[in-house]
Amino acid sequence: MKPIPFLIAASLLAIANPAFADTLRVEAGTDAQSRLQAALIDAKPGDTIEIGVGRFELTDGLSLDVDRVTVRGAGPGATILSFKAQKGAGEGLLVTADDVVLRGFAVEDSRGDGIKSKAANRIVYHDLRVEWTGGPKASNGAYGIYPVESTDVLIDKVTVRGASDAGIYVGQSKNIVVRNSIAMFNVAGIEIENCYGADVYQNVAMHNTGGILVFDLPDLPQKGGHTVRIFSNRTEKNDTPNFAPKGNIVAGVPNGTGVIIMANRNVEVFNNVIGENGSTNIFIVGYRNSFTDSGYNPLPSNISIRDNMHGRAGFAPGPQFEGGAEMVAAMGSVPPIVWDGTGANIRVTDKVPTLSLGLSDPKDRATSANPKIVDLGASPEPAALQAIVLPSSMEAAIR
Amino acid sequence: MKRALAALAAWVLLVSASSPPEVDDTLIMGDTLPSSLKAFNLLSGPFGRIPNAGVTPYSLNTPLFSDYAEKFRFLYLPKGKKIEWRDDDALDFPVGSVLVKSFGYPADMRKPDDQLRILETRLLVRREAGWVALPYVWNTDGTDAILKRAGMRVDVNWTHLDGKPRTISYAVPNVNQCKGCHDNGANGLGLIGPKARNINRDGQLQALYAGGKLDRLPADLPRLPVWNDPSTGSLESRARAYLDVNCAHCHNRSGPANTSGLWLDWEQQPGPNLGVGKRPTAAGRGSGDGEFAIEPGHPDRSIMIYRMQSLDPGIAMPELGRATVHQEGVALLNQWIAAMPMDAVRLK
Repeated sequence: MKPIPFLIAASLLAIANPAFADTLRVEAGTDAQSRLQAALIDAKPGDTIEIGVGRFELTDGLSLDVDRVTVRGAGPGATILSFKAQKGAGEGLLVTADDVVLRGFAVEDSRGDGIKSKAANRIVYHDLRVEWTGGPKASNGAYGIYPVESTDVLIDKVTVRGASDAGIYVGQSKNIVVRNSIAMFNVAGIEIENCYGADVYQNVAMHNTGGILVFDLPDLPQKGGHTVRIFSNRTEKNDTPNFAPKGNIVAGVPNGTGVIIMANRNVEVFNNVIGENGSTNIFIVGYRNSFTDSGYNPLPSNISIRDNMHGRAGFAPGPQFEGGAEMVAAMGSVPPIVWDGTGANIRVTDKVPTLSLGLSDPKDRATSANPKIVDLGASPEPAALQAIVLPSSMEAAIR
Repeated sequence: MKRALAALAAWVLLVSASSPPEVDDTLIMGDTLPSSLKAFNLLSGPFGRIPNAGVTPYSLNTPLFSDYAEKFRFLYLPKGKKIEWRDDDALDFPVGSVLVKSFGYPADMRKPDDQLRILETRLLVRREAGWVALPYVWNTDGTDAILKRAGMRVDVNWTHLDGKPRTISYAVPNVNQCKGCHDNGANGLGLIGPKARNINRDGQLQALYAGGKLDRLPADLPRLPVWNDPSTGSLESRARAYLDVNCAHCHNRSGPANTSGLWLDWEQQPGPNLGVGKRPTAAGRGSGDGEFAIEPGHPDRSIMIYRMQSLDPGIAMPELGRATVHQEGVALLNQWIAAMPMDAVRLK
C-alpha cells in the first residue's frame, strides 16, 4: 500500500474533525425572527445552531435548508419558540435538508403545523415539545411533528399536545422509528400514514381522540402502506372528543379509540397496554370513502394482534362509531377489538372478545353491518416483521 | 410629480455625461452575495426604475398574485448568449443571466403610475452551480437596495380599487422561502414565470428571437390565457392558467406540495389529482368543513376556495405572499367551480 500523501490525509481529517464545524449561537431578545432565521440560512453543513434559554417571539415561520446541521436548544422547558404572533408560513419550523438533528427546544402555538420536515432524509427529532398552549381546539395547527417524504426518520423523546389533526404524524416515508414519546390532547396521538416500515414503541398516547393510527390513503405519490409494528406502548384514556375539521380523514376517528389500522398490510400490534378507550381499544378497518385510484388497495391484510394487555373499552362509543349505542344496549359495551370484516388474514390472539361488523365492503359500514363476536385466533400467523434499523449516525446523534 | 421628473431628467443628464453603466458580469458569475443591488449595475434611477443597457423589460400573460403589488420584470443575458427554447417548462437561460423583479405599491391603485413606492427587488442569478435567489430591500430615498437574506416585514398602505384604504404587513421572503416557490424538484432553484406560453404576448418571444437572444422560435407558439381577459380563453382555461401560475409551483408532482396529491399545473389531466372530488391529505384545519378540494357546482364547499379566502397562516393558500385575499382570483375560480357539472365525479 502506498502512503497517503500528507495533504490528502489532512483534508480527510478536516472532513472528519468536528473542530472545523462552527457553532452559531442565537439568544432570546429583540428581532429574534431575523437573527434566528439568519443563523438557519448562514449555517454551513456540519454546523450547530445553539438557541439560548428563553422565549423567542416569532412573527413568521422559520426554515432550514442546509444539510448536516444540528439545531439545539437548552431543553424543551427552557428554549421556547413561540409562534403566537405568527403572520405567515404553514408551519413553525420547516426543514428541507438531509441529516438534520433537532433537539432540546419547544415550538408553541404555531398557526399551522409545528415542525415539518419534507424530503429530509435521516432526520432526528429528539427531546422536543410541540404544544398548543390553549388546550385542544379546532383552531390549533394540524400536526405537531410532521416528517414527510423522507427515508430514515427518528422521533425520540418528544411531547406533542393539542394538535387539531395528529400530534406525531409521519407521512409517505420509509424506515421510521417513533419511540419514548408522549402524545396527549390531540385528535390523533401518533399517526403513520402511507409509510413503508415503521416501529412505534414505548410511547404514551393518552387523552387523544384516537391513540395510535396506521392509515393509508389513495391519490398520493406514495401509497400501499405496510410493515408497521406497534409495540410496548400505552394507549389509554383517549377521551378527548374529536375536534378535527370534518373533511379530514381523522374527523372519522371515533372518540376514544386506542389503535386504528386502516388499509395497511403487514401490521403487528403486541405488548401494548390499551384501555379506558370509550369506543374500542383496537379497530381494524378498510378505507370507507369512494376513490378512483386504480393502484390503491383499501383493505387491511396480514394483521397480527397479540399479547396486548386490555383495560376497559367500548363503554362510551363516539358518534363517529356507527351502531355503537345499539351495541352498548345489546352487549353492555363495544368489545375491545373491532374489525369491519374486510381484508384478508387478520389474526387476533388477545384474550378479549373481537367483534366483526361482517362487511364485505368497507363503504357499507353505516348501512350493512352485521355485527357478531368472532374468533380470529385460527388465522395463520403472518411472517414476523424485522426490527427497523436506522443508520448508526442517527442513533449516535442523540447519545 | 413634476419635481420628481425634473430630478430624474437631471440625473439622466448626469449619468449620460459619464460612461454608460455596464452590467457587472464578473459579479453575476462570481460566488459572492453582494450586499448592495447597485453593485450589479442592472438598474438605474431612483428605486431602479430604469433598466440599463442589455436589461430587457418583459411581462406575462397571467402573473402570480403578490398582494396586489405592482411588479416590474426585467431579464438580462450575457453578451452573445441565448435562451434555449422549452415547450412546457420555463425557458432555459444561460449561465450569467439575471431575472429581475421589483415590487411596489402606488398610493392609489386607481392611479397605478402615480406615487409608486418600490419596496424590494428580487434577483434570480444564474451561476454555474444553478440559480441563486437574492432579495434586496430599497432604502427610503431609493438610492440603493440592501440584501435581506433572512427576509423582513414592511407595513404598506394604499387606497384600493374600491377607494377604500388598505394596510398589510408585506413580507419580503427569506432565501429559503424563495426556494419554497422556486424549487426545481432536484434540490435547486428554478424559474416559474418565464415559460414560453406565459411570456408569449406583445411580440416578446419574436423580439427575443429577432434580437438573437432566443435560440429558436417554433411556428406554433403556445399561449397561456390572460386570467382576467375573457377574450383570451374560456372560463376553464383561464381558471387553469390562474392555478398554473399561482399554485402549481408547489402543487405539482415534484414540487414542495407534491405529497398533498393535489397537482394544479397546466399539464395535469382531469381527475382527483386536479382537485375534483379530491379529499384532503394533510390539510388539517385548512380543510374547514369542506370534504373536497373542488366540489363541482359548490365553490362554497370547496376547500380550494376556503383556503384562498383565508388570511389565517394555518389555512391560507398560497402559504407565502398572501397577506390579503385576491378577490378577483377567488371570483374566477368560484365561477369555474360553480359551472362544473355536478356529476363530474362520483363523490360518495
